[in-house]
Amino acid sequence: MQTDHPPTGTLLRRTAASGGALLLLGSLTAVPAAADEADSSTLTVAVAQQVDSFNPFTAQLAVTTNILRHVYDSLTTVNPQTNEPEPSLAESWETSEDGLTWTFNLRDDAYFTDGEQLTAEDVAWTFDTMMENEAAAVANGNYVAGFETVTAQDEATVVIELDEPQATMESLRVPIVPRHVWEPIIEAEGDAFSGYTADDLPTVGSGPFVLTEHSRGEHIRLEANPDHWRGAPGFDELYFRYYSEKDAAVEALRSGEVSFVYELTDAQVTSLETVDDIAVNIADGKRFQAFTINPGAVTRDGEEFGDGHPALSDLTLRQAIVMGIDNEEIAQQGSNGQAVAAGGYIPPRYTDFHWAPEGDEAFLDFDPGAANEMLDDAGYARGDDGVRVSPDGDRLELRMHVHADRPDNVQAGLVIAERLADIGIEIDNRTVDPGILSDALYDAEYDLIFTGWTVNPDPDYVFSIHTCGALPDEPGTMQGDAYFCDEEYDELYEAQLAEYDRRARAEIVHQLQEVLYREAVVNVLTYPNIMEAYRTDHIADIQLEPAEGGNIWGQDGYWAWWSAEPAEAALSGAGGARGTGVSGGVLIGTGAGVLVLLAVGALVLIRRRSTVEDRE
Amino acid sequence: MRTTRPETGGAPETGGVPAPAPESPAGPGRTARVAAYVLGRLTTAAVSLFAVIVAGFFLFRILPGDPVRAMTEGREVTAQQREELSRQFGLDQPLWQQFLDYAGGLLRFDLGVSFQYREPVVALILERLGPTVLLAGTGTVVAALLGLLLGARAGWRPGGRGDRVSTGVALFFWSVPTFWLGLLLIVLLASGRGFMPNLFPTGGMVDPGVSGPLETALSTARHMVLPVTTMVAVIYAQYLMIMRSSLMDEKGADYLTTARAKGLRDALVRRRHAVPNALLPTVTLVFLNLGQVVSGVILVETVFSWPGLGQLFYSGLRVPDLGLVQGLFVVFAASVILMNLLADLVYPLLDPRVRP
Repeated sequence: MQTDHPPTGTLLRRTAASGGALLLLGSLTAVPAAADEADSSTLTVAVAQQVDSFNPFTAQLAVTTNILRHVYDSLTTVNPQTNEPEPSLAESWETSEDGLTWTFNLRDDAYFTDGEQLTAEDVAWTFDTMMENEAAAVANGNYVAGFETVTAQDEATVVIELDEPQATMESLRVPIVPRHVWEPIIEAEGDAFSGYTADDLPTVGSGPFVLTEHSRGEHIRLEANPDHWRGAPGFDELYFRYYSEKDAAVEALRSGEVSFVYELTDAQVTSLETVDDIAVNIADGKRFQAFTINPGAVTRDGEEFGDGHPALSDLTLRQAIVMGIDNEEIAQQGSNGQAVAAGGYIPPRYTDFHWAPEGDEAFLDFDPGAANEMLDDAGYARGDDGVRVSPDGDRLELRMHVHADRPDNVQAGLVIAERLADIGIEIDNRTVDPGILSDALYDAEYDLIFTGWTVNPDPDYVFSIHTCGALPDEPGTMQGDAYFCDEEYDELYEAQLAEYDRRARAEIVHQLQEVLYREAVVNVLTYPNIMEAYRTDHIADIQLEPAEGGNIWGQDGYWAWWSAEPAEAALSGAGGARGTGVSGGVLIGTGAGVLVLLAVGALVLIRRRSTVEDRE
Repeated sequence: MRTTRPETGGAPETGGVPAPAPESPAGPGRTARVAAYVLGRLTTAAVSLFAVIVAGFFLFRILPGDPVRAMTEGREVTAQQREELSRQFGLDQPLWQQFLDYAGGLLRFDLGVSFQYREPVVALILERLGPTVLLAGTGTVVAALLGLLLGARAGWRPGGRGDRVSTGVALFFWSVPTFWLGLLLIVLLASGRGFMPNLFPTGGMVDPGVSGPLETALSTARHMVLPVTTMVAVIYAQYLMIMRSSLMDEKGADYLTTARAKGLRDALVRRRHAVPNALLPTVTLVFLNLGQVVSGVILVETVFSWPGLGQLFYSGLRVPDLGLVQGLFVVFAASVILMNLLADLVYPLLDPRVRP
């Protein structure tokens, strides 16, 4: 019976030793992997989001649309100096008198990566497909919603007829795909097209990079397109590596495994600022952080729904709330100074569209004394507990829904609750998951709620969501995010969309913001800075967008990765931009690991020998 | 062993089958009992699985938030685009219809389609299964061996110096947050600082650009070291503690006195006699943990960016990607149920005392 049993202890020890061997193996292989010489220059970006689809007709997520922008050119792009529209595939364009006909003249040196020339046929077919096939409109259908017809007049001329004039025609950020590749795919897939993820690589595109490899959850690889009409990109290949945890990605930047990280927190930036060979880029915000006040939600037919506080339909109360809050304090306390206190709706980086109230216009600036006076005059008397009661007898206890996943929102929420208590309003702070917040918004079961948008160089969309047309057809289906509806605003909105003169349009856009400010439903608090960092020993030079105070990740053009120039280290092999770079530390570390394991091995051997002796 | 019961009022024994004589354990009665036992376990497992499928479906529907809104958040989409997405995901159907479709798919081993990845959930799971089994499997095996080895030593001389140190260290790591330990290891051993900078990679499974089976294997091994170490450090204590207490129970047993009386050395008594018997209670634990291998170690996978099922689940919950999370939920639950079933079936083979 006893002899059937293996000497368990020995077995266990042996296996433990092989566990140690695993460690040893791991540390030893550090050397060959790191010493792997890179023949070409590689730029590695740490990304956190997964790929939904490489199908440009359906891809939704930011990481994918960002990557696809480098793979497929579009008609126009954004000038990195001025943020204004600039030629890309279209060399020039003109409009008819009535503004309904747009003629785009294509450049003659644009080719797809399979050698076929990009012609007006490809452009017209791309737009037509989005107009005809609902499944193909999922990603970019908004751009063609007002198109009547699209025709290829000749090889190099595309004519688009519109229902109504639209000023956004210079910002059609639609990836133009090769018809000869995609037409057969659409035919073959039929109804299943929405599920087609285009993972047949390399991709045939026209952009400065070619998508060549995707290992889900690990990395995405892009190779430079040396024949691109704008000229070959600076780096030979571009890797996007997954880091599910941002702090780990920051460590990877320190170690040199990645060249660039984005969407950093204030704390991460602070820790990186003093590190050699790492440059921190703090860019002007593209996003605004705001809270909206439920003015009494209605559907388009005027049916009331939700359970917003009834007193909030009073403009005086809404304005007093805005006056009770100090945006400067929120920028300082909520974002540690990494944000700019807001006035208007559009961030200041868009110099011509930005508007900020000045002088007499700025009547809603922080002034708790005036706010208290306004409320006293309007009949909002304070109760025994200091909380005001509306003239209709409703106590001013307001729910405030805050994005729990956005630290700056959470901080801002705390500040707001404190400030509003000063003017006799009690806040029921509901810091919740995005899903709960979104349900509260669409069911109109909120009083104050946080929101925020990233504003594109063309601001049309962020204004469109506050027109009366964005109200829900029936509860729960709102297109906008504030239940805002104002006749004057709608007229101004239509006017800016029909105005093709940029200066005149900017003027109307300013007026739109003035209305939003005055009505105090959509209240912008701050423009948070964009924080990112890169290794200067990998990237020698990179184009920001815009050049002054601009960002690297999330550009509207492909300027950053196209322009990035490799630094010496990235070219000279020895790890390069991809590699870990064999530092003395690796060698010492590996040596130390080996020594420790040898010592452990020796100990085990000695013990075993002594056991053997014991047995005899 | 046979229970003697006084016959009261001449009521027949249940089933009317005479109890088999203990001398013939292989008789037909025993086969029937074994069959009944196995059948019972199988039924329990099937009922659990069914409950999980139903509960999982409705549980995830209660999650707040709307997948279409979450996926289009911050994008300049029109109402038509949202409606089309909703239609593609089948979310415009009534709930009962969605459930019927889902249940019908399950019968064909079709777990539906992921909203965000736009691929069949089964394909996504199969793609991630390998990395997870590799990481969590290695971690579980190493942790079990380490825990059992140290536990056997600690339990042999409870209260001694070795016991106190080894148990103390294990409990220390057991109480350390996984996430924190992982990040600490990255800072110390993987980043460009610490006393051994750049020794290991900060995340992922293979270096990009690595090809060839040998190079891939080496690169994977190198990437595994930190996650496996983290996982082992955090979980080996449970094996240690169970082994320790189990061995302490066996310590006073008569058969050990016999073994000692035969003149066997103390180490041999422990190794050949005490440990094999003390191992029995750990079997359940090992099986339970093996069942959870599939669900992975979500935190370890997240902090080390390991492309496994845990990370997949995490990415699905944020949307919520209903197709993906309910599919993963079923697979996770099924693997635990399956391993429990195996434990129930294997245990009697290992321990004659609990044979039916």
